[in-house]
Amino acid sequence: MNRAVLSALASGALFGVGLAISGMTDARRVLGFLDVAGEFDPTLLFVLGGAVVTTLVAFRLVLARAHPLFADAFRLPASRRIDAPLVAGAAVFGIGWGLAGYCPGPALAGLGAGSVEALWFVPAMLTGLLIQRALAGRPGTAPGDEKPPAA
Amino acid sequence: MIANWPAALGGGILIGLAATLLLWTNGRIAGISGIVDGVLRPRLGDALWRIAFLAGLVVAAGLCILFVPGAPQPRTDFPRAMLVVAGLLVGFGTRLGNGCTSGHGVCGLGRLSPRSLAAVLTFVATAMATTYVVRHLLP
Repeated sequence: MNRAVLSALASGALFGVGLAISGMTDARRVLGFLDVAGEFDPTLLFVLGGAVVTTLVAFRLVLARAHPLFADAFRLPASRRIDAPLVAGAAVFGIGWGLAGYCPGPALAGLGAGSVEALWFVPAMLTGLLIQRALAGRPGTAPGDEKPPAA
Repeated sequence: MIANWPAALGGGILIGLAATLLLWTNGRIAGISGIVDGVLRPRLGDALWRIAFLAGLVVAAGLCILFVPGAPQPRTDFPRAMLVVAGLLVGFGTRLGNGCTSGHGVCGLGRLSPRSLAAVLTFVATAMATTYVVRHLLP
């Protein structure tokens, strides 16, 4: 295994530990945040706030470098257009998130603990992903999948 | 219910550091839905880092949930049919919109991306509306 893959493993592990202690793996807390008319639970705000303040500062430092440690170039989403697929996709994702309280990361984290709900949710999520791909019939342009901007 | 905010804040900071580590070493955005997508459509030289990241996430989170005293435990009693419908929508929507809470939320907002801000505002709004309908309007 090379250094890039080992770093990705470490990053994933750190991400998983963060998810597990943050409380986001408990969908009741997520729905407690989304349910503004109920007993509001601000947990998610602290998680997202802590994460975004960190990336706001640290991404700036990292992106000031000429290239990543173990790769040729940063792979950042090139598009800055707010188009219909973006808004429609986010809207559909939000409906699913609001229904059960799982977004992809916490669902995968739950899978690691053998959570019975994750065992139902994750295969459905992968199916939804494949359905979208089949309907779109185009290669993916996930964030980070785009070619690096020409230097 | 008063949230356990120090753990939430600490967990959030760890998530931000994890995203920073991936960008710093691999030059990649830590968007979970996008990383999963790349594993399902593997391309030569582009699959191994994704598998390593996801394996690290699943195993480390699982170990924490199972063995760290006081770790928040997953819910177990939600209707199975709802989980399946929600999963389909989350998988479909995150691919159509090119990102989820991690890619658009944690990473996109950190990059001050207008696209990601639009996505985050949209999915938080529809999620809140959905939760309101399910909890307060449906019998």
